[in-house]
Amino acid sequence: MSEDIIHIKPFLRLAGLEPLVIRPETNFVNVGERTNVTGSKKFARLIRENQYEEALSVARQQVESGAQIIDVNMDDALLEGVKAMTTFLNLVQSEPDIARIPIMIDSSKFEIIEAGLKCVQGKCIVNSISMKEGEAKFIEQAHICKAYGAAVIVMAFDEVGQADTKERKVEICTRAYKILVDQVGFDPQDIIFDPNIFAVATGIEEHNNYAVDFIEATKVIKERMPLAKVSGGVSNVSFSFRGNDTVREAIHAVFLYHAVKAGMDMGIVNAGQLEVYDEIEPTLRNLCENVLLNKNNDNNEATEALIQYADTVKAKGKVEVKSAAWREGNVEERLAHSLINGITDFIDADTEEARLKYSEPLEVIEGPLMAGMNQVGDLFGSGKMFLPQVVKSARVMKKSVAVLTPFIEAEKERKKLASINPNGASKGPAKILLATVKGDVHDIGKNIVGVVLGCNGYEIIDLGVMVSADKILAEAQKQEVDIIGLSGLITPSLDEMVHIAKEMKRRGMTIPLILGGATTSRMHTAVKIAPEYDNGVVHVLDASRSVTVAGSLLNKDQKNPFLKELETAYVQLKSDFDNKKTVRQSVSYLDALKNKAVIDWSNFSVTNPTFTGNKAIELTDLSVLVDYIDWKPFFIAWELHGNFPAILTDEKVGEVASKLYEDANKLLTQLIKEKWLTAKGAVGFWPAASKDDDVLVTNGKEKVSLHFLRQQAKKTAGQPNYSLADFICPAEENKKDYIGAFAVTIHGIEKHIKQFEENLDDYNKIILQALADRLAEAFAEYLHAKTRKEYWGYAAGEQLTNDSLISEQYVGIRPAPGYPACPDHTEKYTLFNLLEAEKNTGISLTESLAMYPASSVCGWYFANPESQYFGLGKITQDQVIDYAQRKNKPLEYITRWLQPVID
Amino acid sequence: MSIQEALKKRILVIDGAMGTMIQRHKLTEQDYRGTRFANWPSDLKGNNDLLCITQPAIVTGIHLQYLEAGADIIETNTFSSTSIAMADYDMQTLAYELNVAAAKCVREAIAQYKSKHPNANEKYIAGSIGPLNKTLSLSPDVNNPGFRAVTFDEVVIAYTEQIIGLVDGGVDVILIETIFDTLNAKAAIFAVKEFFRKAGKPELPIMISGTITDASGRTLSGQTLEAFYTSIEHAKPLSVGLNCALGAQEMRSHIEELSQIASCYTSAYPNAGLPNAMGEYDEAPHQTAHFIEEWAKNKFVNIVGGCCGTTPDHIKHMADNVKNITPRILPILDPTI
Repeated sequence: MSEDIIHIKPFLRLAGLEPLVIRPETNFVNVGERTNVTGSKKFARLIRENQYEEALSVARQQVESGAQIIDVNMDDALLEGVKAMTTFLNLVQSEPDIARIPIMIDSSKFEIIEAGLKCVQGKCIVNSISMKEGEAKFIEQAHICKAYGAAVIVMAFDEVGQADTKERKVEICTRAYKILVDQVGFDPQDIIFDPNIFAVATGIEEHNNYAVDFIEATKVIKERMPLAKVSGGVSNVSFSFRGNDTVREAIHAVFLYHAVKAGMDMGIVNAGQLEVYDEIEPTLRNLCENVLLNKNNDNNEATEALIQYADTVKAKGKVEVKSAAWREGNVEERLAHSLINGITDFIDADTEEARLKYSEPLEVIEGPLMAGMNQVGDLFGSGKMFLPQVVKSARVMKKSVAVLTPFIEAEKERKKLASINPNGASKGPAKILLATVKGDVHDIGKNIVGVVLGCNGYEIIDLGVMVSADKILAEAQKQEVDIIGLSGLITPSLDEMVHIAKEMKRRGMTIPLILGGATTSRMHTAVKIAPEYDNGVVHVLDASRSVTVAGSLLNKDQKNPFLKELETAYVQLKSDFDNKKTVRQSVSYLDALKNKAVIDWSNFSVTNPTFTGNKAIELTDLSVLVDYIDWKPFFIAWELHGNFPAILTDEKVGEVASKLYEDANKLLTQLIKEKWLTAKGAVGFWPAASKDDDVLVTNGKEKVSLHFLRQQAKKTAGQPNYSLADFICPAEENKKDYIGAFAVTIHGIEKHIKQFEENLDDYNKIILQALADRLAEAFAEYLHAKTRKEYWGYAAGEQLTNDSLISEQYVGIRPAPGYPACPDHTEKYTLFNLLEAEKNTGISLTESLAMYPASSVCGWYFANPESQYFGLGKITQDQVIDYAQRKNKPLEYITRWLQPVID
Repeated sequence: MSIQEALKKRILVIDGAMGTMIQRHKLTEQDYRGTRFANWPSDLKGNNDLLCITQPAIVTGIHLQYLEAGADIIETNTFSSTSIAMADYDMQTLAYELNVAAAKCVREAIAQYKSKHPNANEKYIAGSIGPLNKTLSLSPDVNNPGFRAVTFDEVVIAYTEQIIGLVDGGVDVILIETIFDTLNAKAAIFAVKEFFRKAGKPELPIMISGTITDASGRTLSGQTLEAFYTSIEHAKPLSVGLNCALGAQEMRSHIEELSQIASCYTSAYPNAGLPNAMGEYDEAPHQTAHFIEEWAKNKFVNIVGGCCGTTPDHIKHMADNVKNITPRILPILDPTI
């Protein structure tokens, strides 16, 4: 092992959420100047009017334009500086895209500086301290900055005044340096000098050499104190050309070109508007050079020449705002436009304008916002808008409501205090409670329904996942909701919904119940749930229908006819179902067993897996999974149905699907690059032999039985009644065979979901959830490929494209317990034990045997070339009894779990 | 021998979890209360720091077990002994007393240990300063990101009181640990610096230990490891390191990075692996020690030990494994760029 000793260089090191190290090769460091109330009228106005959200966007703009540090200044006579600094910096801390970079806390009042230092976790720069009021104060302030761990800018200012000549600048900086290093114990690299940039070309001859003085002083300071840095406020130099941005930008570029060469390290600039020296029109560049370097400038000749030139240049005034005709409309039109187009840029200002226009803040929601969202709802209903766009609209709505909420609360409070007329206040929007039922962890669909209903003006109370019946109903009663909506993805959730319906009846509730989710169906609702509750049970096929259903249920005139009609339909469905039941042709379990799949075992020989027992597999770099992603279900989650990639060019939804695909890929790239998620999995293989519908597995010294179920539908001649056990070599053949298993999951989503929730960003939240599901499936596909080619190796030479994978053109299958070929969820216990899946993957099973994290997949591996997927269909009581005996479990227990497949 | 001198010679071992050990005693509400707080209005079970006052023999006994296991540095049982954290039990006025009592428990344990092992190496008391239950960089209210549940000044006041208690109790170093919000740690550093500057006393060495909460390699308040280090470097700490949240396996890359950038000594005291589905830590002592040994051999660390779930057994394995490994050498600070 090498014993190389590490060397650490005395660089100036700053930090926001990320470090900024200023090295010789860093070149010039841009400090963004627009978050300064003394320099930016717009920023000053925003702060004065308490529009902090908008003020944050000024900071964000600078970061996006390349500022490496932002300068924040709240020195305005009309402002409470300490409060403004505190409020703004606290808000900046919650915006990771801004807080990423270090902050320069800028004030002429030390109390404001200190207030700022108390808000920022990173290493800041204090701008500035000086010896203006004597050494003692300077030393005390330096000590305090040091205790906060900040670097300092020292202005070239002493008891006599501000330094203007080269000599004075150098003298003051040298003196300050000695005090800071020797008396205060400051690290030299944490000292930054501002030797004062003053305006040139003012017409006053004494000013003509100011730029030269700065540049030359910089050179000497950097020679004498090489670890210290030099900074300055660049825009001062061009102050005489106010209003002529073309000339000003040229002056800045030329000035920086020379000052940086002399050793200037950083400067406060408008990060979005830096001209490149070489790009400046040569005549103009020459004139600037003469003025700044004070050449050919006897009797202000150079100055005059630049002024003359300046008059000929039309101030181009760079186009900042995109052409926005819609901004001309009235506030109601603008709000509607923002809602429909999902634009958040102006929503706060427009909301505020509307708030001032209407007499009560609630009227803004009930008036223009609802009108806008109704348009969104109509467009969505008529297929002119699609779910991804609706979710963006919802985000705009949430932002707008967030602006109004404090005023609404204040209004409520006022009314409560006044307590004049309790009936005067309107009841507010109808409330819908949503929950994923106990034992189930899936919530993408529920979240989408929540967004869509939220868009249509309902207040959504989302209780989350795995919510017990008790909690759902207690909360519904406490909050006096108008509708309860339940979601579930796995089959045991159906029973939980039946239970909740019964409970609602027992509690004497009267509000309607709506149901949705992949496992629910109109038929199941009609047959099993609707009979248990009399005040309306409605199955909703997808999010877009939830709006009309909720609308009908909440409309006094429509509700009863709607429910009546539904009841008739359900009764019809139920009677069809009951009739069909008798018509369905089944064979007895014993006959089914005799008609098993015929496989020629006499010529069978198995490929031995490379290992037996289980093995944990973890991926932190998910890029290998990207090629395995099946995008079709991703679009289905967004209610965009069609094949991938054809959907991207679909005439109707192609544009939306493409945008969604682009956004999803952006997030996917980011989450892979920044390692948001970890894929954990386990695979295992064990010697196995079948005995009727059981598979006997040898796990080390232990024998374990897997239990499968057999189709009982009456088949045409030559068609077998399948059971998965058919694909494992029977014990009596006395030949070796194996079965495999896997479980995979995606960890790490919660934190980012929370982040998106905090940003009111349902759109990216749902994309992320859907992506995590896709990645779990992709990981399963990836592991299956690895198993076929490597771990088990029975198809070592296989070459398949992703499309062939998705269409399952490979040898062998990977059916999952709880899905059509083996619908008994409780077999997951055995699978988990064999794989030691909790330990190896961190997946846990809920009481309904859903897997948590929700983005998880598990299943068995069958390698036999004859193995194939099938649906079990309905089974009869004789098989249920046999199965209960085989599993050695009470009949009631088995009946409960197999309920959905029992005829 | 001063701790600075000891660190030049060998890898020092810091003790393991206190909570895990207290759980073994299966204390009841009455045990926590003792006689003094028999009629205290709020529940006290779980207020582990309080045991320094009500059950000092138990706390001292645990310290002694860690000393016997080979720990060089013993942390005071004061992770939550601030007026802010103690407010959960209405015990804010006890903060100073808790810190003094906790330091006394460690002193007592060291005295007992020394009487049995007169020739043993010097032992050091680290006054533990925890992260608080309120945070300065994050808003507890999602709808109001600018809101803070506590101010910097309040945190400085609470930490100053704790520091005075620890100093009066006789600790050798101040250990600011389990930092998930750097601004809280900066308030603690500020409190230390200003306390010693104003008291005119020589400053005690500061040890700093942050917490990386997940695989992204950032603190809970969002900083990267290097940004975190840059933000606390002004403390001129004796050591900087990482503890809690991760097991050794997950901590490795972060501690390696830190060993490259830190100009001071480095420390690491991970959890005993990641918690299992039941929230328990089940990494065996030899497993944790094996990771730590590898870090020591690679010169990542100067101080090692354990956090949640570790026991005297873990510490013993670590101490045995690193005993003969030469420690990481401090980087050279170049005088010029």
